[in-house]
Amino acid sequence: MAATEKTPVTGAGPFNGVLTWVDQRFPLMALWKDHLSEYYAPKNFNFWYYFGSLALLVLVIQIVSGIFLTMNYKPDAHDAFASVEYIMRDVPGGWLIRYIHSTGASFFFITVYLHMVRGLMYGSYRRPRELLWIFGVVIYLALMAEAFFGYLLPWGQMSFWGAQVIVNLFGTIPFIGEPLAIWIRGDYNVSDATLNRFFALHVAALPMVLLGLVAAHIMALHEVGSNNPDGIEIKKNLDPRTGTPLDGIPFHPYYTVKDLMGTAVFLIVFSAVVFFAPEMGGYFLEANNFIPADPLKTPLHIAPVWYFTPFYAMLRAVPPMFNSQFPGVLVMGCAVLILFALPWLDRGGVKSIRYRGPRWKMAFAALVVAFLILGYLGVEPTTVWGAFPEGFPLVGGDYIATWVARLLTLVYFFFFLGMPWYTARDRAQEKPEPQRVTW
Amino acid sequence: MKKIFALLVLALVPVLACAEEEGPPLEQAPVNLGDKASLQHGAAIFINNCLNCHSASLMRYKKLEDLGLSEKQIKDNLLFTTDKIGGNMSVPVDPKISKAAFGVVPPDLSLIARSRSADWLYTYLRSFYRDAKSNSGWNNTVFPNVAMPNVLWHQQGEQALQVTERTNDITGDKIETRKLVLERPGAMSRIEFDRYVGDLVNYLVYMSEPAQTDRKQWGVVVLFFLAGFFVLAFLLKKEYWKDVR
Repeated sequence: MAATEKTPVTGAGPFNGVLTWVDQRFPLMALWKDHLSEYYAPKNFNFWYYFGSLALLVLVIQIVSGIFLTMNYKPDAHDAFASVEYIMRDVPGGWLIRYIHSTGASFFFITVYLHMVRGLMYGSYRRPRELLWIFGVVIYLALMAEAFFGYLLPWGQMSFWGAQVIVNLFGTIPFIGEPLAIWIRGDYNVSDATLNRFFALHVAALPMVLLGLVAAHIMALHEVGSNNPDGIEIKKNLDPRTGTPLDGIPFHPYYTVKDLMGTAVFLIVFSAVVFFAPEMGGYFLEANNFIPADPLKTPLHIAPVWYFTPFYAMLRAVPPMFNSQFPGVLVMGCAVLILFALPWLDRGGVKSIRYRGPRWKMAFAALVVAFLILGYLGVEPTTVWGAFPEGFPLVGGDYIATWVARLLTLVYFFFFLGMPWYTARDRAQEKPEPQRVTW
Repeated sequence: MKKIFALLVLALVPVLACAEEEGPPLEQAPVNLGDKASLQHGAAIFINNCLNCHSASLMRYKKLEDLGLSEKQIKDNLLFTTDKIGGNMSVPVDPKISKAAFGVVPPDLSLIARSRSADWLYTYLRSFYRDAKSNSGWNNTVFPNVAMPNVLWHQQGEQALQVTERTNDITGDKIETRKLVLERPGAMSRIEFDRYVGDLVNYLVYMSEPAQTDRKQWGVVVLFFLAGFFVLAFLLKKEYWKDVR
């Protein structure tokens, strides 16, 4: 019945007929227009605006390379390690697929971290984009889980002991900790049962969750519209004739071609790592993970992969209390979960770093520096910077790195918890926002 | 913005610097995967000396064709632990027996160059010295109290560890110098032996990732292709964006 009500599709040459047929039975043109050809994005996107689409690209790369890995990988404690090397040695092109996937894991976090920094800089989390931000934080959490489950699969020493350490973190939760850790592992120790369930979660459950969340993230984005480096709403200045934003340009073709260019640059960097430095000096693939998992031999120094190390450094910075590591775990958990509250902590009058006052700028710069140094400290043993001399008041004999990590953890939390205060104080010193976007 | 970017870059510098390991300084291994003669020599050294106790169970004999050897050459000269050219380099020794002999099961060497690094192997294999206190009669400065004896002693000869202590006149600190000296020369001169171990390590590096030469060659092709793709994408973007302001 409804099949005749829509106007026929034009402009696709020989495909007009088939597209019209589809469009009368499926919202093809409506989707195309809403999300691409008539989705108006601000025209002043800069460098930082590439990383959303690049993160999506990495997701696709990970899913496709992951499918091919799954064809040859064996989730079995006896065979897993050798099956990864079988992929590296005997499967045609297997080394390429495997390096694409292992490098992709790190690049997923690189793009996502840069995407998040962009959100902080330009206030992309603020009204009306709170839910968009929340979806993003949930994606980040799901990505951490995905990376953690995936890291166990090569069944090397770091896989095994990294999983052991992280599952034990859940074991520190009072009362329910120990049964919870056993429930996660499916055993009293990380074992074949753990490997099997992590495999299921890594290749089936979490990819589906991630895809659903990414879809929700993009739908929310297209509902409220993109923010921009000026942090002003382009929907406030509409062209009276067309009703479209004066400072907006259709996503397609303008941002599809621009993102295509970004994709080219990204792929050059990505390929340089895949083909010339897949281990990335031990940060993307650790030397210890080329030794098969051995439950009886603990490596001297266990560190998570680089993308978790800022939070790991915070965990180590908190001393055990009442014979429990739980306070550290709590601090680490809060460091991630506090991101959810961000839209309601910010009381600034402007969104973008371009017009922010001095206090916010200082807190933000301190956050970035603190996060990077914490990331470094999380990779290294706590002994890395030596100890304070004995007899030094308060800190005598303690490791310097531990105290630096404590200080930086406070800096990290100050950015969030101090925000209601310093953004309100900043309001008098903010610069006025322009009416229209600037370049 | 530029300032923040510069800060990011600066802060990344220490992250990219490698962690220092303790122990004696490692010497740089002469790794050259383009040197087929060295790799073939290294494969022969490996199979004759290492593959008696250590396995390389992830490596197939047939892969040695990568090094320019023919199937017949491999079968005639190198195929000791199996009669199938597609077979793995596994030793038939029962792990329990090697454990009884050495106290540990000798580790599989398929990936040793990736877990230990070429420089470590090169220094380690040349750092054995006579030690009457150890079970095997040997010890090692890079890997103290290692269970493995110096398998290559016939080639290298026997070294001894010379420890000299000296007091710094100004600070009064004791300075200990540890030096390996050749006590009984072996069948090879020092330079010959260094080359011998260098070839072996070169082969171990190859074996830890047989695809690595291929990988780098493909990398050049891919980067050239992507550079062309970038130029096209850049021109396309410029064309579309010329009237956006």
